[in-house]
Amino acid sequence: MNWETVIGLEVHVQLATKTKIFSAASTAFGATPNSQACAIDLAMPGTLPVLNKQAVNYAIMFGLAIDAEICQESVFERKNYFYPDLPKGYQTTQLEKPIVGPGSVTIQLADGTEKSIRIHHAHLEEDAGKSTHEGDLPYGMSGVDLNRAGTPLIEIVSEPDMRSAEEAIAFAKKLHSIVTSINICDGEMSQGSMRFDVNVSVRPDGSSTLGTRTETKNLNSFKFMEEAIEREVERQIDLIEDGGTVAQETRLYNGDTKVAKSMRSKEEANDYRYFPCPDLLPVLVSDEAIDELRRSLPELPDARQKRFVSEYALSDYDSATIASDSNMSAFFETVVGDSNHAKLAANWVMGELSGSLNNAGLGFTESPVSAQQLAGMVARIADNSISGKMAKQVFEAMWLGEGTADEIIDAKGLKQVSDSGALEKIVVDVLAANAVMVEDFINSEESKRKKKLGGFMGQIMKASKGQANPQQVNQILLQKLNELL
Amino acid sequence: MTIERKEIEKLATLSRLAIDEKTITDVTGRLSSVLALVDQLQNADTESLQEVSRPFHISQRLRNDEVKETDQRDAFQAIAPQTHNGLFSVPKMIE
Repeated sequence: MNWETVIGLEVHVQLATKTKIFSAASTAFGATPNSQACAIDLAMPGTLPVLNKQAVNYAIMFGLAIDAEICQESVFERKNYFYPDLPKGYQTTQLEKPIVGPGSVTIQLADGTEKSIRIHHAHLEEDAGKSTHEGDLPYGMSGVDLNRAGTPLIEIVSEPDMRSAEEAIAFAKKLHSIVTSINICDGEMSQGSMRFDVNVSVRPDGSSTLGTRTETKNLNSFKFMEEAIEREVERQIDLIEDGGTVAQETRLYNGDTKVAKSMRSKEEANDYRYFPCPDLLPVLVSDEAIDELRRSLPELPDARQKRFVSEYALSDYDSATIASDSNMSAFFETVVGDSNHAKLAANWVMGELSGSLNNAGLGFTESPVSAQQLAGMVARIADNSISGKMAKQVFEAMWLGEGTADEIIDAKGLKQVSDSGALEKIVVDVLAANAVMVEDFINSEESKRKKKLGGFMGQIMKASKGQANPQQVNQILLQKLNELL
Repeated sequence: MTIERKEIEKLATLSRLAIDEKTITDVTGRLSSVLALVDQLQNADTESLQEVSRPFHISQRLRNDEVKETDQRDAFQAIAPQTHNGLFSVPKMIE
């Protein structure tokens, strides 16, 4: 039997506010444990929440970015939850009237097709603290750091519109691209800034009813997400084909062992006993406030991609790769602005620079080679001062902080020889010194001659110490050899 | 609508309340009469009315996104039952 996979995602996005959603404590990552947990975050008696305006604005901006309805009167609820990482005993969240209503996100697939994934809603809520169960702890105890408790989140809930791991990853990456482009999230997956819960079920091809789903929680990398989905689909199909049934449960995927384990069954689901939070009034949002946020919304990745194609004549692939990352886009546009060579700029930004940054674990904003420096080098490639091969040397030197492209070209004597008189002399000298090769070339069939050109090129480049302009040499060489035929 | 004994038991578990055998019958009867009142309210025609979950139509006050809290960990941890290396210590939650 053929099976169809059905996937829905719940995505937790940490908002890039300076303070918590309900308190004025800092949300900076990596602080000393509990140094950023104030009386409100600790749920000390007598404290009351005060909602962060920026968190509300960021949630609305997300809604506008996905063309969703903004709920102009949204309400906070309490979701009862009894773990020490949230000392109040409940999570303040939204259920009945979430701030962002239905919307949609378009994903691009590898075969070039597009697909719209519907968003059910997105709501504001607070994050929990972090529990540690291993390491230096008193016997039988867990340690709790409440710095993260109260960090503002939006939880984005998709409809079960994805049919493969590829679609789910494309959707997850698109959301990452959107929230980082509108600057509402830093997008640092390794720091937990975006976490994915994946709902997976399978059903016989052509069936219109959904199968029983499982939820794999807290995936914080695209790679783990893909692995977890593929394994879960396989597990469910094997289970059903062997006559079993899928149990509705929550699973945890371990990226190191590549194994997902059942965490809890959902038999007792929905015992959260939600009720409207009496400490918070409804959040009323005016039309004017929404319009103002709409006007302040930075360019979205899809619009940027289209603009890169029309403005810089980049290919669909190049423009999509660059446009998906707002920092890469800004870097690229500075390089183009300073060098006026979009295609070369795109190649270097996506190729050598991206690769080097990746290896060094750095982002575009931390690049040792500035956009101005790269533009300087691109300009030298474009005006034929240096070859692509020399450019690699220049790039490496710039990466090591040896100066601007022009300084390095001077210091290393890398200037490409483009003076046709000088080049012609080198070509003539090499041909004279290699009479046997020339003889062989003349006596070869025409179809085989092209291959033999490489030998001459090598000799000429060697004679010029690698500084001859290869295109020009090629031209002169062909002309000289043709004269001999 | 009436409430069953086993529902009372489940609610007691969820609420972490200990209700002894003797009181369960009594509580079941009393809660059932409360629910009967709710049933009576359900009969009222509210079709044309807007829900009023709060008495006045004012918005939640919003706070600017500025850090105003300082590190008071020592003061908070001084009154915690147990701490270790800056973490609050709690009975282990997982296996």
